[in-house]
Amino acid sequence: MPDIRIVVCMKVTPKPEEVGVDYSTNLLDRANARSEINPPDMNALELALSLKDIHGGRVDILSMGPPFFEPFLRVGLAMGAERIFLLSDPAFGGADTLATTYTLARGIDHIGGVDLVLCGEESSDGATGQVPPGLAEWLSWNQITLVDRIVLDKDKHLINGRREVPGGVEVLQTSLPAVVSVKTASNEPRFMNYRIKERVFSEDLVTIWGESDIEVEKTMIGLTGSPTMVSGLAQAPSRERRQEYLTGTVEQITQGLVALLNELV
Amino acid sequence: MVASLYSKESEKKDICIFLEHRGAGLAPVSLELLSKGRELASHAGWTLTGLLLGYQVAGAASEAFDYGADRVILIDNPKLELFTVDAYTHVAYQIIDVYRPGIFLLGATMDGRDLAGRLAVRLRTGLNADCTGLQLDVEEGRLVCEVSGFGGGILALIEMEKHRPQMATVRPGVFLPSKMSAVKSGQLIRPEIEIPDEIIRTRVVERVIGEGVDLTQAPVLVAGGRGVEGNFEMLNDLAQLLDGDYGATRPPVDDGFVERERQIGQTGVVCRPNLVIVCGISGAFHFVVGIQEAETIIAINSDRDAPIFEYADYCIVGDVHEIIPLLIKALREDRVAERPA
Ligand SMILES: Cc1cc2nc3c(=O)[nH]c(=O)nc-3n(C[C@H](O)[C@H](O)[C@H](O)COP(=O)(O)OP(=O)(O)OC[C@H]3O[C@@H](n4cnc5c(N)ncnc54)[C@H](O)[C@@H]3O)c2cc1C
Ligand SMILES: Nc1ncnc2c1ncn2[C@@H]1O[C@H](COP(=O)(O)O)[C@@H](O)[C@H]1O
Repeated sequence: MPDIRIVVCMKVTPKPEEVGVDYSTNLLDRANARSEINPPDMNALELALSLKDIHGGRVDILSMGPPFFEPFLRVGLAMGAERIFLLSDPAFGGADTLATTYTLARGIDHIGGVDLVLCGEESSDGATGQVPPGLAEWLSWNQITLVDRIVLDKDKHLINGRREVPGGVEVLQTSLPAVVSVKTASNEPRFMNYRIKERVFSEDLVTIWGESDIEVEKTMIGLTGSPTMVSGLAQAPSRERRQEYLTGTVEQITQGLVALLNELV
Repeated sequence: MVASLYSKESEKKDICIFLEHRGAGLAPVSLELLSKGRELASHAGWTLTGLLLGYQVAGAASEAFDYGADRVILIDNPKLELFTVDAYTHVAYQIIDVYRPGIFLLGATMDGRDLAGRLAVRLRTGLNADCTGLQLDVEEGRLVCEVSGFGGGILALIEMEKHRPQMATVRPGVFLPSKMSAVKSGQLIRPEIEIPDEIIRTRVVERVIGEGVDLTQAPVLVAGGRGVEGNFEMLNDLAQLLDGDYGATRPPVDDGFVERERQIGQTGVVCRPNLVIVCGISGAFHFVVGIQEAETIIAINSDRDAPIFEYADYCIVGDVHEIIPLLIKALREDRVAERPA
């Protein structure tokens, strides 16, 4: 049986707690936010690498984003990924889910010979989890979302994905090729491997593809290919709360609470 | 730009809701969406349709009428008994192609998200996921979706000009369900749709389902964070005394103290209880979005400067491990005293 080829989709996101709004322009102000690999994507990478540990094969990273993503993604090389493919072109910018999934799908096609695509559960800056099913649809591949474990049957070219569902667990089986999203925090991402740490700096392990390098239709990428548009930004209205402090000894506080609960419940 | 399957010009002035069923009836999120859909449709003079897929689920249609649907499109087929994204996308796509709703709404549940993500691409339309508010611009027939992003409570308004249907998912608990006051009936449509075996490419090989937890329906919630240090038994005791349920922030869930269904917040559930008691929780925005619609919020935290106090009606600076056992004891005594002799 030929080796299995896995691609992990990863992106770089600003630390959510450091993003603000610039009220002069009503745009998100990410200038002061530090970036990191989207944490859920580290769980996807870890799952991919653990499959490679068992079955051999190859794990690559695919990302669509600006050039500054590159140094962040390189951490993946020192964890054991073979190569990074970064789809980076101003023309890809401003993409919504439709354009993002289209572009990533063309990236997968261009890599070629891929058996399994793993995604994170969600982007911490978008948190929608709509990319994995959309990507699967463009590729016409099977999909399983939110798995915490994958068992691969290399000979039959099948995977079993285990996932938590309301009230329990289920195991779904599908044939490869497939797109799978991985439940956040379902594993502990490994540390960089000190023996291959210098790979982080290797020149030739990163491939950057622009619009003309992969077969994309101009009308379907970036802002042009995105049907949705942001028409406004606002601060979430916050409800006025009483902010009344119960004070005194612990016993007094407890009695106050009991009285309050008897009134409220 | 790539055109959607049909354009704004050929849409029907109709809001279609993907209905999910749980055992006997419709899922709470479907009732919530029907209620919101009814409100938008009545305001704009549009119709409201429910799309019900499953096997032997016809009974749920009448509930959709109770919550405002003008008609229900029902596809009852053994191949739809268990959700598979393949079969559901196949059927929903064909229905949408025929009925051409201007708006198509789904619950942001596991199944709803799988279907929405796949269907939107097949229809070549946009999708606004996890909306926290919906408005319908009557003049333009445009759905304005409110989406919250990032810490700090930023709302973005997102709309679509030409692509149809305007698709959005909404989390359970965001809208309030409201039953029609008068008895309402509607039209039940049962189109024939073929589902070839070979399109279903995933198979359930194992499934163990117990009783699910649904925090969105609890009137009283006791929520615990890292500060509870895993003692959720204590929180459960308190919740039981108040006829409520308990939930958690993400860290205790990640640490395995609590099942994931009990996670409250941006990546968990959004709740609207009458009362929530927040214990040992700092008040990160990711968490707060899950409780901010609660009627009353009581917060207990040992750190006087914890941000959670800004979101609370009643604030207690103190140690949960001290206060909650005392509170449980006092409530028990109180109950005993109240009981008629
Ligand atoms: C994309 C993304 C999505 C997320 N989604 C969610 C989500 O859905 N839900 C969620 O909750 N989080 C979510 N988070 C995490 C979130 O940002 C916070 O990290 C988390 O809510 C903090 O949980 P906490 O308040 O329990 O822990 P901490 O922030 O560590 O706070 C613990 C609090 O307990 C107090 N404390 C300690 N000991 C005691 C004691 N003995 N008595 C009283 N108080 C005590 C401390 O003073 C402190 O305020 C998300 C993060 C990201 C990046
Ligand atoms: N620009 C991107 N480049 C690579 N992968 C992405 C990108 N956007 C989303 N993904 C993948 O899709 C997952 C879900 O993202 P989202 O649907 O945006 O919440 C992420 O965890 C990533 O694995």
